[in-house]
Amino acid sequence: MRLRPFDFRLLARRALAILFLLSAAMPGMVLAAPPALAVEADEMLADPALEARARSLSAQFRCLVCQNESIDESNAELAHDLRVLIREQVRAGRSDAEIRDFLTARYGQFVLLKPRFGTETLLLWLGPFLILAIGAGMIGFTLRRRRSAVALGAPLSEAERAELERLDPG
Amino acid sequence: MFGQRLLLLRYLLMLAETGFFALLLALAMAILLSASPLAWSASDDRQMMALTRPLMLAMSSFTVIAFAMLTACYVLSDFSVATVAENSHSAIPLIFKVTGVWGNHEGSMLLWALILAIFGALVARFGDGLPPRLQARVLSVQGLIAAAFLAFIVFTSNPFLRLDPAPAEGQDLNPVLQDIGLAIHPPLLYLGYVGFSVAFAFAVAALIEGRIDASFARFVRPWTLLAWSFLTVGIAMGSYWAYYVLGWGGFWFWDPVENASLMPWLAGTALVHSTLVMEKRDALKVWTLLLAILTFSLSLLGTFLVRSGVLTSVHAFASDPARGIFILAILTFFIGGSLTLFALRAGELKPGGLFAPISREGALVLNNLLLASAAAAVLIGTLYPLALEALTSDKISVGPPYFNATVLPLLAPLLFALPFGQSLAWKRGDLLGAAQRLLTAFGLAILVAVALRIAHGGGPVLAPFGAGLGVFLILGSLTEIVTRSLPAGASSGLLTAKLVLKRAAGLPRQAYGSALAHAGLGLTVIGIAATAWHAETITLMRVGEARNVGGYSLTLTRLSPQQGPNYRETAASFSIAEAGVPIGEVVSTKRIYTVRGTPTTQVGLMTKDFGQIYASLGDSEPDGRVGVRLYWKPLVLFIWLGAVAMALGGALSLSDRRLRLGLPVRTRIAEAIPPAAPAE
Repeated sequence: MRLRPFDFRLLARRALAILFLLSAAMPGMVLAAPPALAVEADEMLADPALEARARSLSAQFRCLVCQNESIDESNAELAHDLRVLIREQVRAGRSDAEIRDFLTARYGQFVLLKPRFGTETLLLWLGPFLILAIGAGMIGFTLRRRRSAVALGAPLSEAERAELERLDPG
Repeated sequence: MFGQRLLLLRYLLMLAETGFFALLLALAMAILLSASPLAWSASDDRQMMALTRPLMLAMSSFTVIAFAMLTACYVLSDFSVATVAENSHSAIPLIFKVTGVWGNHEGSMLLWALILAIFGALVARFGDGLPPRLQARVLSVQGLIAAAFLAFIVFTSNPFLRLDPAPAEGQDLNPVLQDIGLAIHPPLLYLGYVGFSVAFAFAVAALIEGRIDASFARFVRPWTLLAWSFLTVGIAMGSYWAYYVLGWGGFWFWDPVENASLMPWLAGTALVHSTLVMEKRDALKVWTLLLAILTFSLSLLGTFLVRSGVLTSVHAFASDPARGIFILAILTFFIGGSLTLFALRAGELKPGGLFAPISREGALVLNNLLLASAAAAVLIGTLYPLALEALTSDKISVGPPYFNATVLPLLAPLLFALPFGQSLAWKRGDLLGAAQRLLTAFGLAILVAVALRIAHGGGPVLAPFGAGLGVFLILGSLTEIVTRSLPAGASSGLLTAKLVLKRAAGLPRQAYGSALAHAGLGLTVIGIAATAWHAETITLMRVGEARNVGGYSLTLTRLSPQQGPNYRETAASFSIAEAGVPIGEVVSTKRIYTVRGTPTTQVGLMTKDFGQIYASLGDSEPDGRVGVRLYWKPLVLFIWLGAVAMALGGALSLSDRRLRLGLPVRTRIAEAIPPAAPAE
């Protein structure tokens, strides 16, 4: 069996790919942003209550061809189609959860701007609060240890003990 | 004739070559500076140590010369220089010729290096009060950072490359950048990012020297405050830019680029407060060191996420892997290296003093805990999708709903606790006493929240809560100043009033700075809460028609094409009336920049009682109607005015005599002798 030599170029390419993805996910504010006009007047529903629901729903879905924009903010063709689609579903009496399931089934989890809580997103959702808990625990621990250290008095060093011995033999 | 003479001048001066040569000299100085500890570290040679200062000043001067040469190339429209040809045009206004210098990857990296050099020079020039060994160490660490960035510019991002043959005209500056708000946003942001490098250099120097005491905080705090103030204004600037450019009035998008600047801001805010604890109470020493390292690490991460060429042009990045590898190397070296150093040396540092949980320092520990957790939430949310995709190739999106659900619950308790913490004394605070002092502020805040809830007849609960919180922050800061001005024993009438004023005038500027910054935070919170009450009208209009938004009536009076120096535009004028009475006019335009063919919108804004009427123009319909978006945004200016107040608070605190470096520390003596107290 021949082992493949370790491929540094592959490693470099992987690293680059990660940076590249990083960049793809970052919509530069510095990029030429065409005037985003988002939801347009002729798309809107006549019923204000239904329209409000449609607006709040479309703020939760990612425009798949844009960089980090919701379909409510984007003026891409696809975002327009999805806004119309959502309004059709809202008018047909579907619930928010049903519409969310429908879009997720069609476009995958990627379409959700608020990722679902699950095994894959466990650290995402719990991470910040885990850090808070660990930090609080460490502060509590340090406080208690320092206080008991002060209460007991720090143990004497060899030199201090020798000095004590000299001053008070016996 | 004049043009030809100018052309001749350009070639005679060889601006680009001079600039590149200066850049090489700066790099050489930076390398010498970072290698200088070899000459004095072991021998403790004072004379060699003192050499770091002229070295740093020389490095800074050469960087300034390089930047000046590049700016001259832009101002003179020397299109034989590649970056000038790609990012400038002879017809754009002078101001955008200058700001075009950093409107691209190469120039923006040079700006970064320039600001680093300026901070280095300031430490060399004004660091007289520092122990010589510490100063030399700090300067050599800053030299190392400069060497890395200058090498990056020289080897992968040279802004001085010539084109042959030179094009007759440039390709114009990115139209989005032809806006004064965005033009001055990067320098402000970089002043923040790069300013934190000083705290980083101090932390690394302290770790190498293995010594840290309260004086460390006194040295680091002014630099941190300065950087923090600039970063605050820089972020606010970017936010206001997004607000008036994107055409629908959002001010924060939890966009990775914004997050990149928010993370160092949150960490830097924590650092500003932890250095305070360290200075006053000799506590939190090890944590402050770590925080200084983390803050600059997040700044480095932010710099590269925003302006590495990775973002501005994906293709340019993919076709030039040298740049990416270099970036990765710099990030790994500085973040990994400093954290390793911390892990190795932190255990040997003597931990700081003891403190009670209910005290000013206890409150500041809570501040640090919550701010650090919030920064972690932003970091996790920004990098998680990338990590997940790299590991499992599953793609997820992390958007505003995630950040609202994680960052806000971490920051809300902080805002609520802030006035209490501010009111607690050092060492041993009296929470009940603080609560009593804050009773009026708290009562008024609740009153405001309830009144708002009733006035708006329900709606989101969070908005009146947020507004009440903001009021509490402002009144809490005011209470703090008033309480500190009141004399201990109550006497009567005019005498007391005079005494109070005298005491108020005698309060340190730091007290006013802190109160102003916290009140500014309250202002921002109110502005954000008020966005819940904005009014929106999205519609199609003909000339002569009127639409209502939030109690105002806007009539489309005119639609006319116009010609600018380097763009064409359609301008829509709206006349605004309140209850039938005309109150003014706004103009909203849609522009096409002719060289690049890129469209942008200029929204029409009218400010009224800190709120704004906001009109933006959309596409024209075949039937002559145009799409418009009209908004009434009450108190929206509070968001950015609050940020400006925060930065001014930082500056005021900075001007406090006790914080100025190089001045004799008089207060030490005053503190050592306790004021005469009645015998107990």
